Parts: sequence; structure tokens; C-alpha cells
Amino acid sequence: MGTEHDTLLRLTDLTVDFASQEGSVHAVNRVSFEVAPGELVGLVGESGCGKSVTASAILGLTRMINNATISGSIEFLGRDLLALPENEVRQVRGRDISMIFQDPVTSLNPVLSIERLMTEGLELHLDMSHSEAVKRAIELLGEVGIPKAAGRIKDYPHQFSGGMRQRVMIAIALSCNPKLLLADEPTTALDVTIQAQILRLMKQLSRAHNAAVIVITHDLGVVAGMCQRILVMYAGRIVEAGPAKDLFHHPHHPYTVGLLRSVPRLDEPRKDTLQSIEGLPPDLAHLPPGCSFAPRCWLADEECWQSPPELFETAPGRTTACYHRDALIAGAEMPA
Amino acid sequence: MSDDERREADELRREGAIAPEPEMGLHPSAAAAGASLSSGEGAAGYFGETLMIEQQSLGGEVWRRFRRDKFAMVGLAAIIIIILLAVFAPWIAPHDPLTQYNDGITMQGMPVGSSAKFPLGTDTLGRDMLSRILYGARVSLFIGIVANGFALLLGVVFGLSAGYFKGGTETLIMRMTDVMMAFPILLLAIALSTTVFSKGGVWLLVVVITIVYWTPMTRVIHGEVLSIREKEFVDAARLTGATNRRILFRHILPHLVAPIIVYTSLGIATTIVFEATLSYIGVGVQPPTPSWGQMISMGQDYYYTAPQLVIYPGLAIVITVLAFNLVGDGLRDAFDPQQRRR
Amino acid sequence: MSTAGETLVTIEDLRVHFPITSGIVFQRKVGAVYAVDGIDLEIKQGETLGLVGESGCGKSTTGRAILQLIRPTTGRVLYSGADLAHLSGGALRKQRRRMQMIFQDPYASLNGRMTVGDIVGEPLLVHKMGDRGQRKTKVRELLETVGINPNTLNRYPHEFSGGQRQRIGIARALAVEPNFIVCDEPISALDVSIRAQIINLLQQLQREFGLTYLFIAHDLSVVRHISDRVAVMYLGRIVELAENAVLYESPMHPYTQALLSAVPIPDPSAEELRRPVVLTGDVPSPVEPPSGCHFHTRCPAAREGVCDVEDPKLKIVRPGHWAACHLITGDDYPHIRAGENDVAVVDDAPATDDAAGGPVGERGETA
Repeated sequence: MGTEHDTLLRLTDLTVDFASQEGSVHAVNRVSFEVAPGELVGLVGESGCGKSVTASAILGLTRMINNATISGSIEFLGRDLLALPENEVRQVRGRDISMIFQDPVTSLNPVLSIERLMTEGLELHLDMSHSEAVKRAIELLGEVGIPKAAGRIKDYPHQFSGGMRQRVMIAIALSCNPKLLLADEPTTALDVTIQAQILRLMKQLSRAHNAAVIVITHDLGVVAGMCQRILVMYAGRIVEAGPAKDLFHHPHHPYTVGLLRSVPRLDEPRKDTLQSIEGLPPDLAHLPPGCSFAPRCWLADEECWQSPPELFETAPGRTTACYHRDALIAGAEMPA
Repeated sequence: MSDDERREADELRREGAIAPEPEMGLHPSAAAAGASLSSGEGAAGYFGETLMIEQQSLGGEVWRRFRRDKFAMVGLAAIIIIILLAVFAPWIAPHDPLTQYNDGITMQGMPVGSSAKFPLGTDTLGRDMLSRILYGARVSLFIGIVANGFALLLGVVFGLSAGYFKGGTETLIMRMTDVMMAFPILLLAIALSTTVFSKGGVWLLVVVITIVYWTPMTRVIHGEVLSIREKEFVDAARLTGATNRRILFRHILPHLVAPIIVYTSLGIATTIVFEATLSYIGVGVQPPTPSWGQMISMGQDYYYTAPQLVIYPGLAIVITVLAFNLVGDGLRDAFDPQQRRR
Repeated sequence: MSTAGETLVTIEDLRVHFPITSGIVFQRKVGAVYAVDGIDLEIKQGETLGLVGESGCGKSTTGRAILQLIRPTTGRVLYSGADLAHLSGGALRKQRRRMQMIFQDPYASLNGRMTVGDIVGEPLLVHKMGDRGQRKTKVRELLETVGINPNTLNRYPHEFSGGQRQRIGIARALAVEPNFIVCDEPISALDVSIRAQIINLLQQLQREFGLTYLFIAHDLSVVRHISDRVAVMYLGRIVELAENAVLYESPMHPYTQALLSAVPIPDPSAEELRRPVVLTGDVPSPVEPPSGCHFHTRCPAAREGVCDVEDPKLKIVRPGHWAACHLITGDDYPHIRAGENDVAVVDDAPATDDAAGGPVGERGETA
């Protein structure tokens, strides 16, 4: 498969449990996947599926939560981040792995100028002097498309519009030349015209900096335009994974099928009713004994209720966790 | 819990970061028992919900959270004991608090220390300290609770009106509040006590304290109402055609219960101290009626020779105020829990 | 989708200006937020009118102003002849039975201190519809209609999920048997897998009860699914209004074209072929809207001396198709496409409408 450094990030059986009065909540349940250098990956799922906790774990933030138990491994460039002491993780965080958050309004400290926000990381991680850092910051702001960057660097976040703030956040995230960028719902709070711009920008910058990006979102449209490979999460597990086009055109898991069919598309004729996934999102403290999706699945049978299906490789690079994958591969559709 | 926090909490609960509350979610045993929810009809057509997990009322929830807070429970126990002592003082107190005993004073005219007859000793006039402290509790608690009650009433009326009706009403009330708050309360209380209310007495002290203390409550209620009235359920109520009266009493007031309870318990602590202060300076409860503040004032000259004159009433104040503060903090946490364990 | 009939609601020159005041003791008006700046609209009985636009365009304010939750600064809102904007007190409250709203936030739109039964039953109580027994029966019926177990009417909202709470909100709106419901972003705050359920429910209820909807949303794909006609708003004004199919397939206003080109399609192959048009500049502040056409500062087709001077009124350009643009006459309109760096430019030699399938991109890509 090549040298160790062919794989930038490898999660193996990552499990994050939170202790609660109800017992253990498996927020992330044996999640495994790999990201290659420069790859654009989409981590798709709804609230409660565990995607945000996975991102926190990669950044090493979950270990700070008292009632969290983490097991498995997160290998970044060959080193298991979970096994490293905090001070070493801190060196990786912000420099080699950085994150863009959902809400640009609350994610930028309003009392710090853009200059402070940007030079902080540069001085800390790259050991730059203040004047060097300022120069680099202006360059980065220009790269993300902030006009007249030199004049605006002393401004405060509230003086920028939402889209501009998101660009600033991207600039901060890229400032230390990270190899991996995590983007948690990067465009959910933005208007659709701005969203298109930001996604384009992220793609360009990923190429220019050779940075891999994991886009974490519930929005299928966002990942369709952006990502090469998709991972679908449900109730703490990865239920399907594969190259974007393949997954969208030929989904192999009933949840993926359900999501794709329930979202109206501009380029398809109007339907009378939308196909919808039955039932409610899962309660992580009270998951059914078998497959977590069984209560909502039109294909569920005895086997599904008894034990959760493992991820099975249906083709090279294509996996799905469903006992009925053969039916789905053959093209089984949701009942109307 | 405010709705924003509830929404965030639900999110985090989904991700498992905080303790989940029993929700109307799918119960695995019912589902596994074969209830077919995947077919078109889905549990008789009701989406997702099958088994009833115990019903939770908000009051019950709050009490459960409060019970878990050890400090708050200690405070609550202390308050209950203090109230009982105060209420039953006439029966519990070994002596009458006004009686001056000859054997309460030494030959040199000094107060007597602890003995069988006087468990906490006597004061400078030979009166039993324990009895005076018990009776003093009645005074302090009475003034604290009643004055706070009136201040609360005024605060709610003004705060609600200002916050809900806005416009001129709001400006008038809030500017009045600003003016009141600009007065140094102690001086104001002294001035009122010595001039307008110079006849003295417990009830007049209540009035003075109410005048001085209605302002913070008004501010708090006003702020809360401002935020509640923006919530969509208030819009929804207006849309159903509810009158202002209905909205105020049925929708807004219930949401004020939490801040009212919290600020009242904290407020009682403050008013007790304030009364003690006024009595200490001499403009509060007049002798011979015992008041803790007054007792400290009378005993302070004897601090080196008979420290018990100051320490016992001082301790009484500290314990009572601490108890109310603990309960107030506990209530605040119980109503608005910070459940994120970081 | 439904046969639209008579006009139910007429909105004439609706304006909502929020004053900006300054001053220590006495507040002086120093400016205003022109949230809604002159809307004319007719909503027909039985139809679903979609109202779309980006943040700050005023669509939510419009919805609230129609229902008089926000009082309009000027303008008329005619409902079956009565001008709601000039009613108040008891008279307004009586009209409240005919129109309702479904709110965006399922958490904030239900009073957490009331039981579900009380919440859904309150409208019945306020309008004195039946005695206690009858009301309870009606509440159970309503809950059942929206898919909530009627035995839960003693529960509190926090015991339900977001999607279920939204259903409860819908039940409440239906209690007074309204004709007209304003849906203000009813699904944006819900999980993706639940959204389709709620959309289907809304459509089913419309068929069952003959409801008229004003559907306010920013998700253009969903609006396309549910609406009969669609109005596009920009900075307080309607820039285009047309039948659903017409607006999505052949939009004429430059802003609509740019907007539609940016809507993502959940299909990587389709996305590959599209080039979203990038509008330069930021959205102007509603405190200082640009002179003349509000869109002229970002419009690639803007003509100096015309677009920056005169307000384009919303006028009919084709049967059933209205647009507010100086440059649209009959079948002639500025075609916007993605130029260098995807920046919006005007196509000098526009292809005919049939080719290229419009701003949505190649269509006919079969799955």
C-alpha cells in the first residue's frame, strides 16, 4: 500500500463513550477510516450521529471532557494522537491539524483585532517575529479573497460581513500550513450565494496548500460539490463509505438511500410527495440491540434486530454496514 | 432551562456529551418485541414514540437537581431550623429576652459567661443572650422576608409593565429606577428612619427597606421580560388572539418564577444584613426589642472583655445569611443547570 | 398542484421601517432599517406562495407584518376586504381566527411551562370554541392529525424531539381552523431526515383542509417542491414573481439567476457541470439601501443613469410573470453567466432559452 506517509490520517476503531445516569452513551462507536494527503473527504450525518465528537477527538479535545472514555487509535502521520501527552498534541493542534467552525459570528473573539487573531498562531507555532507574522497574515488574507487586506488587518470581526468572517477563519486555519483541515458545518450559517464562494475557495486552497479537508456537515449538496470521498454516519457508526459519485448514484445503505430520496433537487422534475425516512432520530442512550437504523428501515428483518452489521467491503474503496446490501446493490428502492 | 440552552443541551445530549434525559424516543424492548415501525403505518401512525418513560414535571425536575446539591441542602436544613427556632422562640427560649437578671451581672458590672442558667451568657444588662438571639431571629427573619416580599411585589409589577409594554411606560419606570438606585441606600434609609418614619417600629423598618430594595428586582424582572417577550411562543400566543392579560399571566409570569425565587432567597440574605446594619447604627429596631445588629452595636465596646456579646449575634447573622445564599445559589443552579461536565 | 381560486390576501405597498434612535433621555430618530420597502402581493385561495431570499431580504418581516405581529409602517393588508393593518384590539383579535403561523424554532415556539394539551388547546379557549370536554376532544383530534399520540397531551414540550415539537406547533395553528397559514422557515431547524416528513404533512393538511400557505424559506429546492408560485426578495423588495416552473426554468431577473445558479445539487456529477455565478461586493445594509434599484450595486447588467436613479416597480413582463428590473421588457432580459473567475457577467450573445437549460445547469442527466 506504500509508505506510512501515504496515509495522512488513520482512525482505527475510535470509540468515545460518555458516562451518564442512563449508562454509557456511545457517541462514537468503532469508527475507522483513512484520509490521504490532499484528499477532500465529506463526513455526513445529522445531529447526534457523532460526527462532531469524531472531529473533537481528532483535535484531541475530547480527552478534556471528564466523563468521556476514548479508545482506539488516531494515527496522524504515523503517530497515535491518543497516546501522546497533551503538550505534544497541542503542537499538532493548530499547526498540522486545524479547524473551521460553523458560526463565524461566535467563533472569532470579538475583542481581538484580526491582526491579533492571526498572528497568535503564527508566532506560537512557527516561531515568527511579530512583524513577520503580520506580513504573512496580510498575504493569507489576500489569498482568501479579502480585498485591501493590509488596510483591514487592524479591524475587528464585527466590521466584517458573515462571508468575510468565514474567510478570515479559513485564513487563520491555514496560517500554519496545516496538512489537515477540519471544517465543521462551514457554510450552514451562510447564504447560498456566499456558500458557493466559500466552498470554491476551500477547494482552491486545499489544492494550493496540499491540505486534506474533512467537511463535516448534514448538507448533501455541500459535499456533492466539494468532496471526492464520502463517509456517512448514523448513531455513532459509519454506515457507508465510498467515492462521492459512486455513493450518490448507487447508495448501498438504506439510510443513504433515504437521505438522497428525501431531498428535493432543482434539476429533477417535481414530485407529488417527498419520500421520507420514517421515525425519529436515534436516542444514543437507548439504541436498539441490532442495527441502529432498523426502527426506521424498510428492509429491516429479524437479523437486523439481533446484531449490528459490520462494515463490509462491496467493492474496492466501497463499504456498507447493512445485511441487505445485495438487494441495494441490485437497485432496491424505498417504497413510495 | 432557557430554550436556547435546552436546544444546545439536546444537541449535546444527542452527541452523548451530557447526560441524556429520558425522551420520547424509541424504546428498544418495545421495538424488539416486534412492533413494526418500519412499515408504512409505524406504531399506529405515531411517529417514533412507543413506550412512556416517566413523566417529568418541571417542578419535580428542579427539586431533583436541588437535592443533589449538598451545599444547598445544608443551607435548606439550616433555614428550616432557623425558622423553626424563630417561630417557636417563645416556647424554646429559657428566659424572657427583656428581663434583666441580677445574677446576670458580675460584681464588677460585667456580663456573665456561659452557665447552666444562661447557656450563652448574658449581655451588659444581665439579659440572657440565648433568648435574645432567638427572639432576634424573629425580628430579622420577619423583616427580611416581609420587606423582601413587598419589594418583590413592586419589582414584579414595575418590571413586568416596563418590560412588556415598553414605550413611555418603560422609560418612566426605568428612569425612576435609575434615580432610586443613584441614592446611597444606607443614607436614604437613615434619613427616612429619622425623619418621616421616626416613630420607629418593625413595620416602619419594613417600609423603609422596601422603598430601598424594590429597584434591583425591577431591573432583573425587566431584563427577563425583555428576553421572554421576544420568544416565538409569545408571538404564537398573540396570534391566537390572546389578550395582553392572558399573555402576561399565562405565558410570561410562569417563566419569571425561576428568577423570582432565586433573587428572593438571595434578597432575604441581603435584607437581613441591611436590617442588621441599620439596627447597628441605631436607626433600625429600637431597644429593648432585640435585634442581632443592635446586639452587636451594644456589645462592641466589650469586645475584648466579653467577646461573646459580639460573636454570638455575629455568628447568627453569618449562618442565616450563608444559609439563604446557599439555597439561593442552589435554586439558581437547579433552575438553570450547567450540565456540561468539562 | 392545487387549483388556486379567488384572491384571499392582498398586500399593497407594505413597508416596515424600524427606526434607529439615539439620545440619552429623549430618543430621536436618526435613521431606519428599511426591512420591507414596498411590497405588492396577491395570495390566492388554496395556493402555496413561496417567498425566498437571502438573509436580510425581509421575508420573515413580511410574513410577520402580514399577520400584524409587527405593525407595518405603511401599507395595507386586505383579508377578505378588511384591512388588517388598520385594525386593532378586539376587531383584530377576531380576525386572528382566520390566519396563523408556523414558526421556525421548534424549541422557542412552544411555551415550555405549558403542557402540550394546553398549548394546542389555548386557541380554542381564547376563541371560546366549545366547552372543556369539547376542547379536549378537539385537541386529541388535532394531535392525531399531525401524527402525535393524543395520550401525550399531559407532557411538556421538552419531552419531545424537534420534529415532534414542530408537529405540535402545526396542531396549534390548525386549532382555530384558519384559512391562511404563514410558514416561516418551518423546516430549517429540523434534522434532514425529518424535513421530508414535515413537508409531506404540510401538503397533506393543505389538501385536507383547503389551506393557503405563504411559505417563507431560504432553501430554494424545498420551495420549488412545495410552491405554486414563487416570489424572490432582495433587500426589502420583491424582484421577481412567477409560476413555479417558470421561475426555476427561465428566471429573468439577474438576482434570481445568480441565486439559482448557487443552489447546490446533491449530485456530484451535476455539480461538476455547474459554475455558480459569483456576485461581487457585499449585500448592502438595509439601513442605507442603494438608490434606485436596490440590486444595482452588484448587478453586472446595471446601466448607469437608469438603475441607480429610478426605482424599478414590479411589473408584469409576461403573463403571470412579474419582474422589477429596468432592463426586462417582454421577452428581452439580461442573461447572466459565469465569466472569468466565475464572476457574474452579462452574456452579450445570449443563447435561446431552450439550450443550456438555464442557470441550473445541464438537465436531463438521468440517474
